[in-house]
Amino acid sequence: MSRLAVPKTYKLFIGGAFPRSESGRTYEVRGADGAFLANAAKASRKDARDAVVAARGAVGGWAAATAYNRGQVLYRIAELLEGRRAQFIAEIEEAEGATRAVASAQVDEAIDRWVWYAGWADKFAQVAGGANPVAGPYFNISVPEPTGVVAIVAPQDTSLLGLVSTVAPALVAGNAVVVVASEHHPLSAISLAEVLATSDVPKGVVNVLTGSPAEIAPWLAAHADVNALDLVGAGDLDWVDLEIAAADTLKRVLRPERGPDAAAPALDRIAAFTETKTVWHTKSLR
Amino acid sequence: MSFLEYAPAPESRSILSLRDDYGLFIDGAFRAGRGTPFQTISPASEERIATIANANADDVDDAVAAARRAYERTWSRMSGRDRGKYLFRIARLVQERARELAVAESLDNGKPIKESRDVDVPLVAAWFFYYAGWADKLDHAGLGANPRALGVAAQVIPWNFPLLMLAWKIAPALAAGNTVVLKPAETTSLTALLFAEIVQQADLPPGVVNIITGAGDTGAALVGHEGVDKVAFTGSTAVGRQIAKTVAGTSKKLTLELGGKAANIVFDDAPIDQAVEGIVNGIFFNQGHVCCAGSRLLVQESIHDEVVDRLKQRLSTLRLGDPLDKNTDIGAINSREQLDRIRELSDVGVDEGAERWTAPCEIPENGFWYAPTIFTGVQTSHRIAREEIFGPVLSVLTFRTPQEAIAKANNTPYGLSAGIWTDKGSRILAVADQLRAGVVWANTFNRFDPASPFGGYKESGYGREGGRHGLGAYLAPASVGGAQRRIETTDATPRVESARRARPAKKGAAK
Amino acid sequence: MAGTSLVTARERALAVLGGEPDDATLRRYLHGIPGVDAVGLEQRAAGLGTRSIKTTSKAWALDRIISLIDLTTLEGADTPGKVRSLVGKALNPDPGVPGTPRVAAVCVYGDLVPVAVDALGAAHGDPDDGAVAVAAVATAFPSGRSSLEIKLADTAEAVAAGADEIDMVIDRGAFLAGRYGLVFDQIAAVKEACRRADGTSASLKVILETGELVTYDNVRRASWLSILAGGDFIKTSTGKVQPAATLPVTLLMLEVVRDWHRLTGQRIGVKPAGGIRTSKDAIKYLVTVAETVGEEWLQPHLFRFGASSLLNDVLLQRQKAASGHYSGADYVTID
Repeated sequence: MSRLAVPKTYKLFIGGAFPRSESGRTYEVRGADGAFLANAAKASRKDARDAVVAARGAVGGWAAATAYNRGQVLYRIAELLEGRRAQFIAEIEEAEGATRAVASAQVDEAIDRWVWYAGWADKFAQVAGGANPVAGPYFNISVPEPTGVVAIVAPQDTSLLGLVSTVAPALVAGNAVVVVASEHHPLSAISLAEVLATSDVPKGVVNVLTGSPAEIAPWLAAHADVNALDLVGAGDLDWVDLEIAAADTLKRVLRPERGPDAAAPALDRIAAFTETKTVWHTKSLR
Repeated sequence: MSFLEYAPAPESRSILSLRDDYGLFIDGAFRAGRGTPFQTISPASEERIATIANANADDVDDAVAAARRAYERTWSRMSGRDRGKYLFRIARLVQERARELAVAESLDNGKPIKESRDVDVPLVAAWFFYYAGWADKLDHAGLGANPRALGVAAQVIPWNFPLLMLAWKIAPALAAGNTVVLKPAETTSLTALLFAEIVQQADLPPGVVNIITGAGDTGAALVGHEGVDKVAFTGSTAVGRQIAKTVAGTSKKLTLELGGKAANIVFDDAPIDQAVEGIVNGIFFNQGHVCCAGSRLLVQESIHDEVVDRLKQRLSTLRLGDPLDKNTDIGAINSREQLDRIRELSDVGVDEGAERWTAPCEIPENGFWYAPTIFTGVQTSHRIAREEIFGPVLSVLTFRTPQEAIAKANNTPYGLSAGIWTDKGSRILAVADQLRAGVVWANTFNRFDPASPFGGYKESGYGREGGRHGLGAYLAPASVGGAQRRIETTDATPRVESARRARPAKKGAAK
Repeated sequence: MAGTSLVTARERALAVLGGEPDDATLRRYLHGIPGVDAVGLEQRAAGLGTRSIKTTSKAWALDRIISLIDLTTLEGADTPGKVRSLVGKALNPDPGVPGTPRVAAVCVYGDLVPVAVDALGAAHGDPDDGAVAVAAVATAFPSGRSSLEIKLADTAEAVAAGADEIDMVIDRGAFLAGRYGLVFDQIAAVKEACRRADGTSASLKVILETGELVTYDNVRRASWLSILAGGDFIKTSTGKVQPAATLPVTLLMLEVVRDWHRLTGQRIGVKPAGGIRTSKDAIKYLVTVAETVGEEWLQPHLFRFGASSLLNDVLLQRQKAASGHYSGADYVTID
């Protein structure tokens, strides 16, 4: 006889916890075939606010961790994802109506991107920074530092790969992230959050919101405690308004991208959320 | 007699031969502007120097079109090696005409000749030398092989370092293969126009550098122009914010170098005499008209009185007056508007309960002047501890521990620069690590070099000027496959915040 | 001019140090003084060096430089004749130009003090009153490598012979070995040896030989140490070691003197010596004095140049200022 399945409740991921939306709202998530999959939490502006608070609280410690440590933490995510590979493939098949091969390819690529970015953690500063030969008796060095709290509108057309492709590079340099998942395919995002929660990623470093990007993104774009805005998945939103809102506190903004190559792995994506700090010091034998 | 009342030592103005009026420099030639011309005056005497053309929207069109033509027909096709040679030529011409440029700068801007002569103009030449060498080495700029220029760069610069800011903008832009339309500040157009003559002497192809003069509306027309690919602005955070909104939704690449409220942190083990010099240099260099000025002195409470005492004694030796006198330390405030703002904020400081001390110095009758001023007893909640005064006014605050110093230093929406004074190496490095500022000077202040990236965190702007990083602001990675970072828009029409016009087409299919 | 009272100097040192001037106490004190950032110090000095001194200010400066010079001859080949010639130059630097000031002092080896005193005759006296003093180098100048007894005898002999000022050298070896107490004691003992039978005392200039101390932190500490031990002047160099006087080192010593004045109210003199050959350079020193400790220091009892060739360059400049055209080496006298 067949066993009655136990469905999962999908909630938000804020500050390392899985709260329901404070608004109490949910929305129906349906598969590609129109079948009901689950109710996802529909995050409100207050959830976004809480996520920013959590991210701000976490960014100092994450940024101060050694680059070696950050690299290991990011690699650990890949390890855990690999272990739950089957779950993600199944989720993507259902959600996106993808074939097993396509879904597998998406999961594999997501895992490999974690690995790729993990390896950058303790190399990026060497590539992006350096010593500057100034004309004077000074030691002068430039290093990239994390911008701070990065709000991301994840690519909307994939469940996992777009999300990973935007979150991972932001984490490399030590930023904390508030990411708005794909509105139509939010379930893998929460499953990923479960992976993150059981990995070594400190609480609050990644915060995942599900719901309507159109509703949440403006609050993040205008939030004064958000330092940067990745609009890669906001192509269908009024993203110009988001960029204008972001200008009020001069946030760093990445504009929308579309298609399968959106947020392709690139050093640029790490650099986009870093600030170059240059330190001078006098030098003398006397 | 008093020896310290040094006899006048004026730099000769005879080296300078100015025209009575200056046109716009478009497509390699000077021409009249179609806006109403304006006068540029010496802020030290309020005397008229010359009449300056005013570019209207049509002139902006012409300048952008000239830059576009030059980009497409000449500059983008020229080898990096030859572009570099043009920049080397410019560097040499600046050196040859250094004294003349320094005199013009001090005359028009009001800054002391010793600064324009020893700091501004030498750095201008250095900037062109530095970036000249980059022109044929762009593969090593950090963007991968064959990076591409952006096209036409619109550049708007401030009045505090007129020629130096021009160099910061034009040198990397040209090295990277862009052409430029640059607008100097309304009150300080003169050296940019002398630079236009240098461009002619260098025989730079027409249209590669265009200089249009005018006020804020000219600048707005330029940065909003649909024909430009890159916008670079240095100036106030308020205007920078407006520009960011204008550029939003377009494909223009934007770099902003904006305001600051730098903390200069002095620990109790600091090399005290050099720290005092650094504080003075930090806030009174260029009359405090410096975005990275150390306008907030954070001094460890245990040495507060001693530092303030020494500072007052030192300030009493500063000489305020004729910018062209070689012994002048403090020149004129650049404009009446700026003077009014400094006065207003200083008065606010008094109202807020801070204690004002002003260096004893005679204020000339004509012109715009503000004596070096220190506010003690300033609290973090005071406006003079938070707002950029952009004048020779120092706010003194205290701290007890390194943690508190860092917290207070970072407690600002700005993040351009900071200073640390201590003999303890480990503390310097740890504090430098935690300061949210783009430039940190340890046991020195206000040092600039073309090889050294400069720019801010947070509301002090984004992008870097100087060094390899500064070059990146004028380049894009080679367009291959999915590496295209930005969505392409078919319509580069800038949006104005108030006007809710149609969205730019959001095409952006994968390329 | 007369040196400060011995008793008050020692008492003041004890009060400042808060204990006996032994190695440990002095080390605690001297190493507690804020450090010096060399780059910043040199930049400040360079900045002071860019002052442009013109017309009336320059005329005043040139005259003042002359009146602050310790006209010096310190050669193994010095003879009574050479010293008499030097004194002649000191008294009458520019025979063709009446009204040219006299130098502050002549500076000679101790054994030639009687010659100098004799040659000066009635003009011998306090330079602050327009007379010319006799300064003698002592204490096994320039190396300082001899026993304390010999140094004291050297000093006492020069004072007895009529020297108004003693230019002693510190024991750089002891200083660099951290034996601050020994250096202190030697200075204090030499100071005692400067005392005359009538209870007055010759003024004591303490030569740090900054070229051998090398670092600015050392210079600053040695300056404090010398002042604490009773020196009336601190002097950069013997002139026998390169580098001798530099503007940054002099600025640093002036800063110590300024801080000592803030602390105690006492004014200490500074003497850069060696290497200052041109009026242009000397004017930079005047500017540095005026802007660091104030122009009241530009008096013979508070500031001196230890120099020889400087005088003629100043005289050439004066002639140029008076006549409007450049002068030549044959129009000033050699000593």
